[in-house]
Amino acid sequence: MTSPSRLPAPMGLLIDRDRPLHFEFDGTRYQGFAGDSIASALLGNGRWLLSRSFKYHRPRGPLSMAGQDANSLVQLPSEPNVLADMHPLQADLAVTGQNFSGSLTKDRDAFLGHFSRFMPVGFYYRSFYKPKGMWKVWEPLIRKKAGLGVLDLDFRPEYHDKAFLFTDVAVVGAGPAGLQAALSAAEGGARVLLIEQQPILGGALNWARFAIDDEPAHRLGQELCAAVESHPNIRILREATCNAWFSDHFLPVIQGNRLYKVRARECIVAAGAFDQPVVFRNNDLPGIMLTSAAQRLMKLYAVKPGQRALLLTGNDDGYLAALDLHEQGVEVAALVDMRAQPNDGSLLTALRSRGIACHLSSTVYEALHGKGMRHVSGAEVRRIQAQGQVADSGLRIDCDLLCMSAGYMPVYQLLCQAGATLSYRDEEAAFTLRGLPAGLEVAGSVNGRHLLDNVLRDGRRAAAAALSRLDLAQAGNSEAKDFLAEPRVNFDWPIFAHPKGKEFVDFDEDLQVRDIINATRHGYRDVQLVKRFSTVGMGPSQGRHSALPTARLVAQATGRSVSETGVTTARPPFVAEKLAHIAGRGFDPARQTPMHQRHLEAGAKMMPAGIWQRPAFYGPTEQRDACMQAEARHVREKVGLIDVSTLGGLDVRGPDAAELLNRLYTFAFLKQPVGRSRYALMTGEDGVVIDDGVCARFADNHFYVTATTSGVDRIYQQMLKWNAQWRLDVDITNVTAALAAVNLAGPDARKVLERLCSDVDLSPAGFPYLGVRLATVAGIPARLLRVGFVGELGYEIHVPARFGEALWDALMEAGKAFDIRPFGVETQRLLRLEKGHLIISQDTDGMTHPAEIDMGWAIARNKPFFVGKRSVQILEAQPLKRKLVGFSLAAEARKPLEGHLVLKGDDISGNVTSCEYSQTLGRIIGLAYCAADQATPGGQIPIRVEGGEVVLAEVVRLPFFDPDNTRQEL
Amino acid sequence: MPFNLLKYGLSSEYPVEVDLPPPCELEPRYDVVIIGGGGHGLATAYYLAKYHGVTNVAVLEKSYLGSGNTARNTAVIRSNYLTSEGVRFYAESVKLFQNLSNEFDFNIMYSERGQLTLAHTDATVRAFRQRAEVNKHFGGRTEMIDRQQIRELVPTLNLDPGHLPVLAGLWHMDGATARHDAVAWGYAKQAAKLGVQIHPLTEVQDLVIEHGRITAVKTNRGTVQCGCAVQAIAGYSSLLMAKAGIRAPIHSYPLQAMVTQPFKPFLDPLVSSSALHCYVQQTGRGEVVIGGGSDPYPLYNTRSTLELKEGLLAHAIEMFPFLANARLMRQWAGITDMTPDYSPIMGLSPVENYYLDAGWGTWGFKATPICGKTMAELVASGGKTPALIKPFALDRFSTFQQVNEMGATAASH
Repeated sequence: MTSPSRLPAPMGLLIDRDRPLHFEFDGTRYQGFAGDSIASALLGNGRWLLSRSFKYHRPRGPLSMAGQDANSLVQLPSEPNVLADMHPLQADLAVTGQNFSGSLTKDRDAFLGHFSRFMPVGFYYRSFYKPKGMWKVWEPLIRKKAGLGVLDLDFRPEYHDKAFLFTDVAVVGAGPAGLQAALSAAEGGARVLLIEQQPILGGALNWARFAIDDEPAHRLGQELCAAVESHPNIRILREATCNAWFSDHFLPVIQGNRLYKVRARECIVAAGAFDQPVVFRNNDLPGIMLTSAAQRLMKLYAVKPGQRALLLTGNDDGYLAALDLHEQGVEVAALVDMRAQPNDGSLLTALRSRGIACHLSSTVYEALHGKGMRHVSGAEVRRIQAQGQVADSGLRIDCDLLCMSAGYMPVYQLLCQAGATLSYRDEEAAFTLRGLPAGLEVAGSVNGRHLLDNVLRDGRRAAAAALSRLDLAQAGNSEAKDFLAEPRVNFDWPIFAHPKGKEFVDFDEDLQVRDIINATRHGYRDVQLVKRFSTVGMGPSQGRHSALPTARLVAQATGRSVSETGVTTARPPFVAEKLAHIAGRGFDPARQTPMHQRHLEAGAKMMPAGIWQRPAFYGPTEQRDACMQAEARHVREKVGLIDVSTLGGLDVRGPDAAELLNRLYTFAFLKQPVGRSRYALMTGEDGVVIDDGVCARFADNHFYVTATTSGVDRIYQQMLKWNAQWRLDVDITNVTAALAAVNLAGPDARKVLERLCSDVDLSPAGFPYLGVRLATVAGIPARLLRVGFVGELGYEIHVPARFGEALWDALMEAGKAFDIRPFGVETQRLLRLEKGHLIISQDTDGMTHPAEIDMGWAIARNKPFFVGKRSVQILEAQPLKRKLVGFSLAAEARKPLEGHLVLKGDDISGNVTSCEYSQTLGRIIGLAYCAADQATPGGQIPIRVEGGEVVLAEVVRLPFFDPDNTRQEL
Repeated sequence: MPFNLLKYGLSSEYPVEVDLPPPCELEPRYDVVIIGGGGHGLATAYYLAKYHGVTNVAVLEKSYLGSGNTARNTAVIRSNYLTSEGVRFYAESVKLFQNLSNEFDFNIMYSERGQLTLAHTDATVRAFRQRAEVNKHFGGRTEMIDRQQIRELVPTLNLDPGHLPVLAGLWHMDGATARHDAVAWGYAKQAAKLGVQIHPLTEVQDLVIEHGRITAVKTNRGTVQCGCAVQAIAGYSSLLMAKAGIRAPIHSYPLQAMVTQPFKPFLDPLVSSSALHCYVQQTGRGEVVIGGGSDPYPLYNTRSTLELKEGLLAHAIEMFPFLANARLMRQWAGITDMTPDYSPIMGLSPVENYYLDAGWGTWGFKATPICGKTMAELVASGGKTPALIKPFALDRFSTFQQVNEMGATAASH
């Protein structure tokens, strides 16, 4: 079944007439074919109105048929702003228009166009704010009108992935230049990746016409495609878009649901040129399109673009398109050439011999339409008298298709991203690219080559240049230099202002000629300022059709050259890309300790700690306080076990190990005995405390240093960084994840351990506080550290990670007799708080220096150097501004929360860093910064708690619990 | 239809109101030369003329007005910082912003949408509570809110991204956005009206310093004598300071941002996640602006990268899963002059009459009005530093008096 408006083969290269597809647009059912785009299928059904414009809600139809304009943006159920001229038609697709009020055909907001005089360029800067406060009323109303499509807020991401590709030469675009470049490069021995947006190779060879007799070009295209497709060195990515150029030819190529990240040694961009519209009144009506769009419609989709066509051109390509239209049975009402005559006089003859009227030195001054502006109905054609000036009267020509072509703009986006600049050549009235980086070649119309012969030569030349840099150069490429003289393809002033306006320079943003000129009159003379003030080029098509006329208009209005005026910066991406493509598969690394399963079995409430998961406490969330207090009591009275595997662990080995630590940490480590640990405090170069841990010496040349869970990666990096300068003879290894660790703490800890460890003397004398041992625990090789973080007799047991769970099970089993129970991080924080131990990064901030936290004792003053020493000395010599103190409140007082402020008069003097109710002490206890003169024990500090109430807390000497440390040193 | 648009529709001649003055000749000498024609420099010029009657002022801009970080920032205005010094300063800025449209007679589209920052860890909850408290102390409107309140405020937000569920939020009701370019234009417009000369395309290439005083600046358009000079540039502030012989503890990093196509509005507040290092906001035009952390290495190049975009957009989708189907239209970059304490460098310099407004990292735009006002006061008084900016003096780095805003700066900008 063939739709009446479809043309017979060979028109319709992309469609499969044997596979009809049904779909819906705005509630009406239509039929198209596999291979159609949404837009071509709609046009095939005679449906032209696809969208409403951004500001004036004018009816719009396809402009480029190449995905290069915003006119064809439509809405899919869960996807807004879809390019109807690129999106493949699928069966039962439900498509709707967007940005209308009421319906697409009867848009209640279309009246806005009549008020365009009241909405001059940048009108929103000049109104809505008076009287003061009015903007708050206007803003929500204006916001509702903004935006195009509607996001489906219930949409959930679908599968997208990524792959890397490596190639000698990447060729972007498989038109004649790209095909030739790919073929020549491949023949020269390079591996080539050819990237093409369309499903078929050939580019303009598939839809453009290169001569009156197009047969040679057609044949050549078939030969080129066949040669490329069969060449073993060429890999082709079809329906793939090279969407940016990043440094060193790193190219993101989107194909289907995949993002290829391509590393190319050489890159040839043969991306073609954008056909440019002519600026005249009502140049945005449905039925007015770029000449190339009409050709694409016929040749790619077999859609007859109209019954009666008018062509407006500034180059010979318009004549060739007229022949195409004529051959496909479209009545060509007239060809209007803005120039005095075509370059190739035989074209005039060819057209006239077919009965086609040609009006030279003329233009369309205004496009005409019926009620509702649904479609172009004709054009007012006038003679051009001077630049942009037309005669007072002309003739009316009826038509339902108006094709326009003012010339070409190179597809400059990738190249400008790579650092090239556009410079305007007055003699060609065209922008050309300058300053390409090494390894980047351009070929074909992007390089200003339009004659097919030149295009192919240019492809060979680009390939030869790439090959020579790849050391694959072949002799005898001299012919590539002999280019034919190119006729001019750009008309220098295809802009015809109309007293009534609506000559659109930017279709996306509804900007007319006067808007651009008035922007310059308001003082926005730089093209970047014109863009920012008028929003020209800021819409979805990012200036593809507006950059050139804007540059010309701004240049004229400010008395500068077009080159000086330039265009705005091209940034990635080339075409709008789905976030999902760039994001790829979600990668959300989370780490679990080897004992993770045991915690879950024991009912732990897990909490994140960096990228780790740790038990906060064991029990239901709502019973946090009760669980914590019970766990804490257990540790104080019996024995508890906590998983400390996430604690950072760094092995430092080598003859200079002690020297390295001596320089990195504030304490002295050179004379540290084997079998002992020392507290290790680290300051930055600015004297600020950045980490702490325990430094255990297992051998002369082997230290095991712990670091905070969140800090270890940074500390490891710091160690490597410093040692890159110092070049000490050490090896530093981050063994955090290689070791699992527990802290067995409580009065019965020794008794539990004795049941599992027999190769070490665990007696207080044999293994005293701060001792470290290599031992075997439950048959597992272990590093034992006697530590006292929670203030009880305690052993940290570090074992290879694969034994973590076994160690946990063995300790829980051996501890049964002593009523052992696991405790979590929150409980540990309470216990250490009772002991007055601080947690770096919780109780310190980006300014804390050792004196503020009473850590002067942890600094070895007579060693020559440690990182931060000079700063620490300077800071210590200054009067202390604040200090971290312990405070306590009665149990029934309002409990301050961590982060609450300490006050001094009207000023803030500090903040609460830790605070918890301690059942052991029967009081609320905490740590807080306060002014130095508030820090005396026995005094009071005012703390502002939730709701603004101020409580007076007593400053107390630390630790709160067991001040003589008798319990941990048992 | 607002009244003041009628004149455009009803008059036969287009009523041209000149916002930015046309180019003019460079004079041989000015009392004050301001280097940098972005928001800060133009605001300084405006307040000098307005409050201090100092009008023999030239603003020199190497490119077009507002072409540096004024053009590149993502227009977040907020005062929910951590330190007393910071909050006091930025809160003043917010107050000035609120009145700018009427003061300029030019709509900067100040949009008080509120800023929501998400906490995913208990450490962040602590830090946020402190920020909320400090803010409230200085009269700001900031609250800690829970998951339920977050859900009501931003129903489309995913509260359980990956393994980092949202625990709480810092809701800063004063948080706002504005049309960033318009801020610079408004200042330029009013400064020019008061007699300030504005010179775009005028690049300062060197400084002439004699006996510890600046006497002239050398530009691509010739040498200009000056009574004093203000450095108000971004992205290269340490390089210009070096020309004055001043060493600055500044490292400059590229900061990238990106924007989608326009969609119908779905998001009012500015939302940022501390753990995902990502912020998302929807502009008045309907586009979604997405930004995050700086590039990992210092560089003077505003190129875009794929790596940053990949990570950032993955996080944006974590926050708002339906954005997977939104299309990105553009990415860009600016250069941020980062100081060790994430606070600016303002005030006097070792060169007696050379005043610094530098080190603006990612916090420059939101400080534009208050910077202009305080710098003008500093210049007009011949070097008496206003109390509000005393804490930001350059010498704080050698005297160890830093104003640390690191925790309140990351990812929120």
